[in-house]
Amino acid sequence: MCALCGILGCDDHWTAAVAREGVYSRLTSPQAHRAEAAARARVVNRALAPLRITFGDWQKRSYVLRGPTGKTAIFEGLNHLWAEAEALAGREIDPLDPAYLDRLEG
Amino acid sequence: MIPVTLLTGFLGSGKTTLLQRMLGDPAMAGTAVLINEYGEVALDHHLLERIDETVMLMKSGCICCTVRGEVAQSILDLIALRGQGRAAFDRIVIETTGLADPWPVLSTLRAHPVLQSQVRAGGVITTVDAVNAPAMLSGATRREALRQIAAADVLALTKTDLAPAPGLPLQLAALNPTARMLDARTDPVAEIALAAREGRQVPPLETHHDHGAGLTSTTMVFEEEIDWTAFGVWLTLLLNRHGDRILRVKGILNLKGEERPVAIHGVQRLVHPPHHMTDWPDQDRRSRLVFIMEGIEPSLLRRSFDLFQKIGQRQETTS
Repeated sequence: MCALCGILGCDDHWTAAVAREGVYSRLTSPQAHRAEAAARARVVNRALAPLRITFGDWQKRSYVLRGPTGKTAIFEGLNHLWAEAEALAGREIDPLDPAYLDRLEG
Repeated sequence: MIPVTLLTGFLGSGKTTLLQRMLGDPAMAGTAVLINEYGEVALDHHLLERIDETVMLMKSGCICCTVRGEVAQSILDLIALRGQGRAAFDRIVIETTGLADPWPVLSTLRAHPVLQSQVRAGGVITTVDAVNAPAMLSGATRREALRQIAAADVLALTKTDLAPAPGLPLQLAALNPTARMLDARTDPVAEIALAAREGRQVPPLETHHDHGAGLTSTTMVFEEEIDWTAFGVWLTLLLNRHGDRILRVKGILNLKGEERPVAIHGVQRLVHPPHHMTDWPDQDRRSRLVFIMEGIEPSLLRRSFDLFQKIGQRQETTS
């Protein structure tokens, strides 16, 4: 259940779609699931590095964000990743902000 | 899963007329209809000839702001009727009020915990009044009209028998280069419905239109194979911050490690499950993404995309 809105089953995010006919998914086996989760974590962590926030999973069941002061946010569902990260950062994370892109590039 | 098609379009643009054609066509037998009207006195359902348990009227207000729960409940009621053998249908059409923004309804279908396993998005048909559209697109209602046009998989031109506005098809194609344009009066309704359900018009390679007031449609073309993980992280981050200004994203991707292309299709913050296509539509294997957006500079979008792809490639080589 989503910790923010109470909606059940909200983790069927389009980037982690359940493998089914016609739908593209990399989650075709437990190994593939783990590999994709690890690759996603690497990219997300790189995107959050300018804000000194880290991203990982929590007991393989939820996601966790840790801020520079040790503050954490645990959430279920990738739908909430960026909203939670912005709440933790206390500011917007804008992929079109040239200053953010400069820091990301550096 | 039952396909749910959204029929939208501005007030008086001919939604109900098209719906009447659909319900009267034997090829469209098996269509259940939900009608939403703004205002206390509902009229449109009286205009439909077939009134039975597969035509349901949602009672309150504008679909985009007040009846998301009601949309879900009405669909569940229809499915329950079907389960009881009291209604037979294999597709649903929702006719929205003229002022509705299509996104909240699409989002309801996608996010509702029960509906997401019962129905799938069957595309958006937007009726466009061929005579009065230019006035809609330049008047006070411009924003709502643009959102409906941008969300369309099919732009169904109505009133084409009355002197259509010159240049309108070109103007619409520039606003939404990913939609198929059909004639609501003369083209077979089954074709209109099917085109909406498939919604897989291959995005054009060259598009850049500035429509004034900050609205732009642009196509980005990529020579290199796309890193799926980095793409997913980037698009979710982009839509989190700018989803209300990105009216539409649609594309076909050549992903690293995949033979077949993957189609991407989103309306504002909603992205449909990526579609694994059976084959490339032609010899061109380049990825392309079309964005219809308000107040976003295309060159910045491209810079951001390229940077995240670089991150994806870098992570791959170091892992």
